[in-house]
Order: sequence, then C-alpha cells, then structure tokens
Amino acid sequence: MRRRDVLIGAAAALAAPHIGRAANQSVLRFIPQADLATLDPHWTTAYVTRNHGFMVFDTLYGNDHTLQPSPQMVAGHAIEDDGRRWTLVLRDFLLWHDGTPVLARDCVASIRRWAQRDAFGQALMAVTDDLSAADDKRIVFRLKQPFPLLPTALGKSAPVIPAMMPERLATTDAMTQVKEIVGSGPFRFLADERVPGAHVAYARFDKYVPRADGTPDWTAGPKRVHFDRVEWTVIPDPATASGAIQSGEQDWWEYATADLLPLLRRDRKLTVTVLDRFGTTEIMRFNQLFPPFDNAAVRRAVLGAVTQADFMEAVAGDDTAMWHDGVGIFCPGTAMANDAGMEVLTRPRDLARSKAELAAAGYRGERVALMVPTDFPSLKALSDVTADLLTRLGMKVDYQATDWGTLVQRRAKRDPIDRGGWNVFCTGFNSSDFPTPAGHLPLRANGAKAWFGWPDDPKLEQLRDAWFAAPDLAAQQRICADIQREALTTVPYVPLGSYLQATAFRSDLHGVLDGFAIFWNVQRG
Amino acid sequence: MWRYAGRRALATVPVMAMVALFVFSLLYIAPGDPAAIIAGDQASAEDIARIRVSLGLDRPFVVRFGEWLWHVLHGDLGTSIFANLPVTHMIAQRIEPTLSLMAMTLVFAIVVAVPAGVLAAARAGSWIDRLVMLVAVIGFSVPVFVVGYVLAWVFALQLDWLPVQGYTPLARGVLAWLRGLVLPVVALGAIYIALIARITRAAMLEVLGQDYIRTARAKGLGLAPILFVHALKNASVPIVTVIGLGVALLIGGAVVTESVFAIPGIGRLVVDAILRRDYPVIQGVTLLFSFVYVVVNLIVDLLYSVLDPRIRQ
Repeated sequence: MRRRDVLIGAAAALAAPHIGRAANQSVLRFIPQADLATLDPHWTTAYVTRNHGFMVFDTLYGNDHTLQPSPQMVAGHAIEDDGRRWTLVLRDFLLWHDGTPVLARDCVASIRRWAQRDAFGQALMAVTDDLSAADDKRIVFRLKQPFPLLPTALGKSAPVIPAMMPERLATTDAMTQVKEIVGSGPFRFLADERVPGAHVAYARFDKYVPRADGTPDWTAGPKRVHFDRVEWTVIPDPATASGAIQSGEQDWWEYATADLLPLLRRDRKLTVTVLDRFGTTEIMRFNQLFPPFDNAAVRRAVLGAVTQADFMEAVAGDDTAMWHDGVGIFCPGTAMANDAGMEVLTRPRDLARSKAELAAAGYRGERVALMVPTDFPSLKALSDVTADLLTRLGMKVDYQATDWGTLVQRRAKRDPIDRGGWNVFCTGFNSSDFPTPAGHLPLRANGAKAWFGWPDDPKLEQLRDAWFAAPDLAAQQRICADIQREALTTVPYVPLGSYLQATAFRSDLHGVLDGFAIFWNVQRG
Repeated sequence: MWRYAGRRALATVPVMAMVALFVFSLLYIAPGDPAAIIAGDQASAEDIARIRVSLGLDRPFVVRFGEWLWHVLHGDLGTSIFANLPVTHMIAQRIEPTLSLMAMTLVFAIVVAVPAGVLAAARAGSWIDRLVMLVAVIGFSVPVFVVGYVLAWVFALQLDWLPVQGYTPLARGVLAWLRGLVLPVVALGAIYIALIARITRAAMLEVLGQDYIRTARAKGLGLAPILFVHALKNASVPIVTVIGLGVALLIGGAVVTESVFAIPGIGRLVVDAILRRDYPVIQGVTLLFSFVYVVVNLIVDLLYSVLDPRIRQ
C-alpha cells in the first residue's frame, strides 16, 4: 500500500457521513432557546427552565390552548362551603422518579414553596387560611374567601410553574436551589450527563402513567412519550443551529431566528411553524420614582406617540404574519382581551400633537436614562426604536449601552440617575403570562412592592382585587375593561406589540404540540 | 539548566498571586449582580437581598478574597452559582474539547506554517513566496467566524463530509474525534498559520543572509539540510516566541470557534458565566487560563535556553 492510498483512505473515513444520523428512532435531539442554567423550576422565571420543568415535574392541573385548566395529577376536586373549601384528590399510580409514591403532603410542601416565588401563588396563599394533607391522596385548601381561579393558579404554564416535588426537596428554602432533580413527570432528568451550557439529557420515565382521559393539548390531557431519550444541545449561534438542523444532526430548533426563516422554509426536510400563537409581548417600562416619568401626563404623551408596528418590524421583520400591533394590556385572543381605551394606541399618529402634550405635561428637558442591553438582540432593537422616538419627541435621551446581566441589577436600583438609577428600559414577556391580571407583573401598581418601575395606582390595585372576587366570566371581563382603561391612562408601561417566534423541526416528526417545547406526543415517522 | 528552570518556575508564583488578586478585584468592582439575575422578574428587593446573603455576596471583600484564596490553594474553585456544581467539575467536563482544539490547532499550524515560511524565504520573490504571503494576508484579514461559517457551509452542508457542529470525545474513537475537529481546527488555525508563516519567513530571510549559510552552500550541502538543519535552528527563537505568544491568541480564538461550532469547551463556559455573573466560574476559568499562559511562557523561556544556551547566562 502506498502512502497516498493510506492518506486517501484516512480522508474518506473522516469524511464519511455521520453513521447513524437520524437513524436512531428513540432519541429526539433538540436545540433549546438558551442554556438550561438552572434546574429548579421554583427558583427562576427562565422559560427554558419552565420547559425543562414540564418534562421532569408534573402539575396538579394542566392548561389547554385557551389557557383553561383541567385536571392533570388530580383525579378531580370537590368544592364546599360556598367555595371556601377545596379538596383535591390525587389520581392513582403517581410515582416520583425515585420510585416512591406521590403523596398529598409532598404536594402541600410543593405548593407552599412555589407560592413564595410566584405572584399568582402569592395571591392564592393570601386568601388561604389553611393548606393541608387530609390523607395520602387528599389536599385541602381552606380559604378566607372564594377563589374560583385555584385550578388556574395550580395549572399555570407560565413561569414560575407550580411543579410538584417530593416533600424532602420541597422543604428546601425557596431562595435556595434544590440539590436533586426528582419529579413525577414523563421524563427523568439524567444528572450525570449534564454539561452546563452545552448538553442535558432526559430518559423516558417508564413508570409514568398518563391520564386515561382527555386529548393532549398544551399541558392538559395524557402525556404519552414516544422517545426513549431527549437530548438538548445548546447551540448559541443561530447560523450553526440552522446548519445543524438542515444537516439532520439535530431534530428540532426551538426558536429559529427571523432572518433565517426564509432559508429554513425553503428546505423540504424541515417544518417551520409557530407553536405559541400568543407570542411574546414587548413593553416599555418607566421608572415612576423620578422625573420625567413620575408624571402620568408625560407617560401618556409617550404612549400616544408609540406606533407598535415600528417596534415589531424592528424585532420581527417585515413579515406581518409574524407580529401583531394594536396590542393592549391583556393577551390578544384570550377571554380578558378587550378594546377599552385602545384608541390611544390605534388612532392616527401625530408627532406634533404628542410633542405639544409633552410640553403641556411639564417636561423640562430632564435627562432620560435609557438602559439598552446590547447582548439581547430583540431588546436592543426595541431600545433603538425607543431612543429614536423619545428623541423625536424632544426628550434628552441618555442612551446607556449595557448588557442584560447589568441591566437586571440596575433596574432594581431606586436611586436617581446620577447615582446609577434609570428612567426607562424595554423588555418582553410571553403573552400567555398576560391572560388575566393574576400573574401580570408589569400591571401591578402597588408602589414599592410593584415590579421594577414601582407604579403606584391604588385604583388599579382595587380593580385587581375585585377581579379575583368576581363571580363569573362576564364580571371578570367588565373589570378587565376597566383595568385596561385605567392602565392606558396612568400608563404603568407601554405595550409595544406582540410577535411570534417560529420553531423548526425535521419533517419526519409528528405530533408536536402547540404551546411551547413539549416533548410528549411527539413521534418520528 | 535545572537551576535556571527552577528560578524561572519560582518567578511564576508572584505572577499567579497578582493574577488571583486582579481577577477577584475585577469582579468585585464590575457591574452586575448574580442575585438579581437569580431572583428573576417576580422578586422583591428583599428577595434579592436574601439571595445575596445566601450566596455570601454581602460579606466584605477581604473576607471573601481570603476564603476564596484558601479554597483555591486546596484545589477548590468553589461552586457555580447557577449550575450548582463544583467549578472544578465543570472545568473537567470541558477541558478535553478545548485542549483538543488548541493542541490540534497548534500542531496543524506549525506543520503547515513553518515549512511554508521556510519555503517562502528560500524562494523569496518567487511565485511561491507571493502565494504564501497572500494566504497569510487572507488568514490575518478574515475573522475566525467567517472562515468557520464558510467551511461549515461547504464541507458540512453542501458536501456532507463533516459535521456542522459538536464535539466527539476521544474515547469514542480517534476517527470520530478527528472528524469533529477538522473544521474548527482549520478555522482557528488560519490566523495562526498566517502569523507563524510570516515570522518564520522573516527570521529565515535574516539567517539565510549570514556568512555561515554561504559557507554551508560552498561546502556543497543540499538545500534541505541548509534550511532545516542549519538555518531553521538559528531562526527558531523568534518562531518559538510567536508560537508562545500565539497561545493567548488561541485562547481568545477558541472562545469564538467553540461558539461557531457549538463545541462544549471552556471558552463557552466562561462567556456564559460572564453574561450571568457566575463569579466562581469566571474566577476559576480565568485563573486556569492565566496559569496555562504563564506555564506556556515558562516553557518558551526554557526552550530559549535550549535553542540558545547563551540566554542562560
């Protein structure tokens, strides 16, 4: 054999197409939206941890694509004492991944821990006199007042999710991560295989028994798993992720970036679609502690100048099918969305009028510190449009480029801007976080206890309290119309529109459920 | 020789001590708060303060530095705030891909660049010289990520010869390991080849004009022995210097290359840690990189004395 033959042979061996690519039917390879930095679903609001959480952990209730709750871990519930006593009964055959049975006391401890980290949970616990395990199967809530949204709270799919975990883990301080990831969900987390920032793996939990009834829909219905393993590979670079899914090295890319969608749509081996029809709502948030945004009239002047389409085009491009303007306070397409007060956002824009309103409001040329996270492309784009708009309105914009890590620290500062404070920043939430006032963070207006920006609007808080006590859907909708009207008057934040994020997966995958990255029901072939 | 080596090794101790202090201080004064990131959107200021306490971030600088240094001296780099895993474990998980990438790039660059530089010098002014220099200019000018994307598009997506991304551990077979490394190594090696080839050419040109080379030629020695035995050894000090300095270039380049090719190496680990303010990871990895760089410089120093014993004096 000549040396050249050896070289040619070696090169051929190196270049041989990857053996077994796409041949392993039992492994689903997935590119998540971000690194799974945190595993404890009670500990963080990161959406990627929520997705992981729903694989490993189960919830007492699930919700469907209309965000309506239905039993998941519970067989059912009984409501007594005029809605002041709820008894939830666990269904049979529920096991933790360590092989021990799921007991009511585990769930009680889990609910208590979750409620310390979640606004909806806090609202539930605020009306709860006593929460206890009557026996191994029954969880009992004794309430101070009726709380018809109890299943909605315990079935929410927006972070922080009410994940159930064994009592020995659920008694961990809510501000400390659990040391072990043991749930009762359809997948087991393979801790030994985890490489933070790069790779996580899950195995099907053989002893998981899906519900016998219902239809798989978001987190509701039976969770039937068709893959032995699911492997997540973190690929931070969109071009590389695109290449990996085109070449078949990966099966599913959670969030394909807008600029690569035309390329992916041309590939017949790929399906490009939108799973979360509610999308992401972007907002402009003011610091109401300091001028100029301590003045509601100034905030209203800015609101009246915002053209949501400008912001959405900057984030999601010119494909109008991928974004919505005319977005108000509540998630479009859900029961609480309404048109009350929306003319301020939908009427024809008139910059001269807005400038006059700003002058009349008493804006005196104060510096406006705009925090811009340059490492977060969508928020950078929103911030750039914000800077342009405020400048055209005649405001003195101090464009402060920073990174997201610094921004989340600075936004908590209540100091004036010359001592490191801030005036305005842009951020986003899953629109499905905003179906109701319950878990709607930027809508809270309870002053010092409110979300960053600290709006203080007692009327808005009273309306929120009234909503929790509303007897029926019609009453809830009426209150939400009032809430929106008030919010578009006092402007705790400016809604900037909502956009959809496409997902891409190999066309041989079927049964991918709407909502977010859900791994049951998916099968190949 | 051993005394010289010992003296040089001892000199690295204060350097590492300064690096440790610098790394710790830098993070102390840098903006950003892991507690705020951990606390998330729904946390109150009190929650953030509680998390700061639980992480020990509320304690004085001197106390925290002292504890950290004590643990480092005992081989404990701390625990990642986010991953909740020991930093040494996280580094151990990721050291192989980075070492593989850097070592293979180094070997590839030297194997290609040194002969190319020697040849360019030996044929100075010819088309070979111009070609080598053209390639070197391109290697310098085109960023690593552009080379990476082009290579991936051609060899992975169009020809389907090599994988787009990922890393296969050496334990799963040499061929599979090499397949995953080919594109990243070529992408990262481009700039390094350019650097070494240019320095080699310049050093060789200087040496080839010396009297002893003329004497060797006059004695009837062939071109290869003159170039690679007599000339290259005397031209090697600047070449070794640039290879040593280039390790820093490799560390920086590895961060980009690991991102482009989704290689789970240390470069990506530290970038992720910086974005999250995961202080123990940033400190541990920076200390490790600094240690590697100091050791490489030590090796380069020692090599000088082997190549030119006068330096020991």
